[in-house]
Amino acid sequence: MSKAQRLSLHVPAPKVRPGDTPDFSGVEIPKAGEVRRPDVAADPRDIRDLAFSVIRVLSRDGEALGPWAGTLTHDELIEGLKHMLTLRIFDARMLMAQRQGKTSFFMQCLGEEAVACAFQRALHKGDMNFPTYRQAGLLITQEYPLVSMMNQIYSNEADPIRGRQLPIMYSAKDYGFFSISGNLTTQFSQAVGWAMASAISRDTKIAVGWVGDGSTSENDFHAAMVFASTYQAPVVLNIVNNQWAISTFQGMAKGGSATFAARGHGFGLPSLRVDGNDFLAVHAVAKWAAERARRNLGPTLIEYVTYRAGGHSTSDDPAAYRPKEESDEWPLGDPILRLKEHLIKEGAWSEQRHAQTEAEIEDDVMSAQKEAEAIGTLNSGNAPSPRDMFEGVYAEMPPHLIKQRQEAGY
Amino acid sequence: MANMTMIEAIQSAHDSAMDRDERVVVFGEDVGFFGGVFRCTAGLQEKYGSTRCFDAPISELGIVGAAIGMAAYGLRPCIEIQFADYVYPAYDQIVSEAARLRHRSAGDFTCPLVIRMPVGGGIFGGQTHSQSPEAIFTHVSGLKTVMPSSPYDAKGLLCAAIEDPDPVIFLEPKRLYNGPFDGHHEKPVVPWRNHEAGEVPTDYYVEPLGQARVRRAGNDVTILAYGTMVYVAQAACDETGIDAEVIDLRSLLPLDIDTITESVKKTGRCVIVHEATLTGGYGGELAALVQENCFYHLEVPIQRITGWDTPYPHAQEWDYFPGPARVGRALQKAMES
Ligand SMILES: Cc1ncc(C[n+]2csc(CCOP(=O)(O)OP(=O)(O)O)c2C)c(N)n1
Ligand SMILES: [Mg+2]
Repeated sequence: MSKAQRLSLHVPAPKVRPGDTPDFSGVEIPKAGEVRRPDVAADPRDIRDLAFSVIRVLSRDGEALGPWAGTLTHDELIEGLKHMLTLRIFDARMLMAQRQGKTSFFMQCLGEEAVACAFQRALHKGDMNFPTYRQAGLLITQEYPLVSMMNQIYSNEADPIRGRQLPIMYSAKDYGFFSISGNLTTQFSQAVGWAMASAISRDTKIAVGWVGDGSTSENDFHAAMVFASTYQAPVVLNIVNNQWAISTFQGMAKGGSATFAARGHGFGLPSLRVDGNDFLAVHAVAKWAAERARRNLGPTLIEYVTYRAGGHSTSDDPAAYRPKEESDEWPLGDPILRLKEHLIKEGAWSEQRHAQTEAEIEDDVMSAQKEAEAIGTLNSGNAPSPRDMFEGVYAEMPPHLIKQRQEAGY
Repeated sequence: MANMTMIEAIQSAHDSAMDRDERVVVFGEDVGFFGGVFRCTAGLQEKYGSTRCFDAPISELGIVGAAIGMAAYGLRPCIEIQFADYVYPAYDQIVSEAARLRHRSAGDFTCPLVIRMPVGGGIFGGQTHSQSPEAIFTHVSGLKTVMPSSPYDAKGLLCAAIEDPDPVIFLEPKRLYNGPFDGHHEKPVVPWRNHEAGEVPTDYYVEPLGQARVRRAGNDVTILAYGTMVYVAQAACDETGIDAEVIDLRSLLPLDIDTITESVKKTGRCVIVHEATLTGGYGGELAALVQENCFYHLEVPIQRITGWDTPYPHAQEWDYFPGPARVGRALQKAMES
């Protein structure tokens, strides 16, 4: 009898840690324009290759190439650029406000602005996003009032959700933006259910689920995929792979799967992988998937390859677990710079217009901030009344809560 | 002895337990290289290697389910759920599996497992970083539920929990991580280094599960509290001048009913304080037990001071948190009659 082999546990680890030289040599990036664009009605079995490549439109030189190019006009792209700039400036100011003690907590979208900003352009009024905390771009693209976002962040008297949730956990039904849950991935299956409801009702609306790379490990992710697959729900399921989940590298969630997109194959879902820092590519893919859902052809899974350039939140310092320079070395670049360069190359934009636009947005964001701060910040005393804490637990306040509210003095 | 915060004491408990028992493995979200978002597992991966302390995929269900398998194999997993608010995906594994394995297999399989998680509010964490879900665990037969309130107890109780042959839910009041917070949020928190319970042996020791600690001796009224509320209760005594006996339960299940009974028989009055919501909370169980054991000694009705029956708010944190003023009013009311 042969001697039994002693086993050992495999624990994945990132190639580099603080102090090491960033290494993205393992990130395979095809040339822009290289990946094919199948028909929207394609059989998922015939497009499995799209889960292993990266759909890209913008080349290194800022040219728009290949079959996925051409879904947006110059004017639309300029608008998209402005939205990304707004999001970035908004984030920077709110991050600062948190540091100044005006609120408790903040999370920014730095480096991944293109994902939500470009995606939203493929949606119609009435469609519903089930976002995570890193999709503020969905609201900004619809020109949801910055002041309302800030009021929420400051938990002040004008906060649309009455100081009940952590900063950035917005809710905006009229803008197709479902109330954000702090519990990861719970909303992925809800998106599928919303889409199923639209189909049951013979409606025309579609739903969109959002999840981070790390959060794909949650059971809800798999439950969402099986429901989407079984009922062929009109839903787009988005995975934003920004390489990190707090201190945990994406390899911990990906495990032995070649890519996150490839997770869809076991469920028979058409699964696409796209350059998340390429505004044009994100939009083209979003449009493809949204059309598929609208034509009752079923769900699509999309992985956006991007990079979380900032800390996880204001409670986090990424220098403790990844090289400081890693962000600069990210091979897919910065989504704002890439779109700007493209527009300049096309003769539709200039450095001068860019600088001027940036200054205008700075002013707009600043005046919104002044307006919000005039209403109140977290600690300035103008918070929603504690009485409100007892409201909305139920449609009608039950007697025990009325009693407790009175006991609390309200 | 060394001066430690509660975080350092918990880290030290892991370290001591891993050092003396190779079967102890530690994992959870961000606990490996980074050492946990609260740093309770800092340095363990470096010291014991990445097969004894490691990061986990973000799946609470997976973390607990895998830990149950390891425990059944014969390891001693001590796992972290990043915040108690995120334990719900694992609830089925805890309730239907960990808690019942010994009983349903008639001892064929057992589950010596510790599930640690930070609980409680006071950090402006809103509804997803503030909850106190102890009652959903004390309600389950087969589980033990522990909540320390000091660095000394945190280490001793965690070592005992790791040694325990059954699953233990180990709840860490995060507002106490850095100091004995008494509810006065407007004042800077006193660090543990200025508190005697911040003196922690560096060596291994256990504080047996199921023993309460009298934090303040008194004659007029008994306060039953645990976690952050122990310090809130003490502040309420100081501020009202009422000579209350403050009992820190430390272990909710098993419960030290003898210490409770002895005290309430002496004082004839009982106020129960917890941060969790009122209805169906652990305070109801305590009130029933006090009534059963001390009925003829009670001079006034038992009162419960707790969080309100609402989700934990963000902006109105201090209106929600049962602070010393509310506890003080309850003490006065107990003494009036
Ligand atoms: C159920 C649950 N478990 C754990 C957490 C704590 N947590 C918040 S964000 C996060 C990392 C998520 O990473 P990823 O999904 O990659 O999203 P990203 O932050 O990168 O956008 C963790 C572990 C949580 N909020 N909910
Ligand atoms: Mg991520």
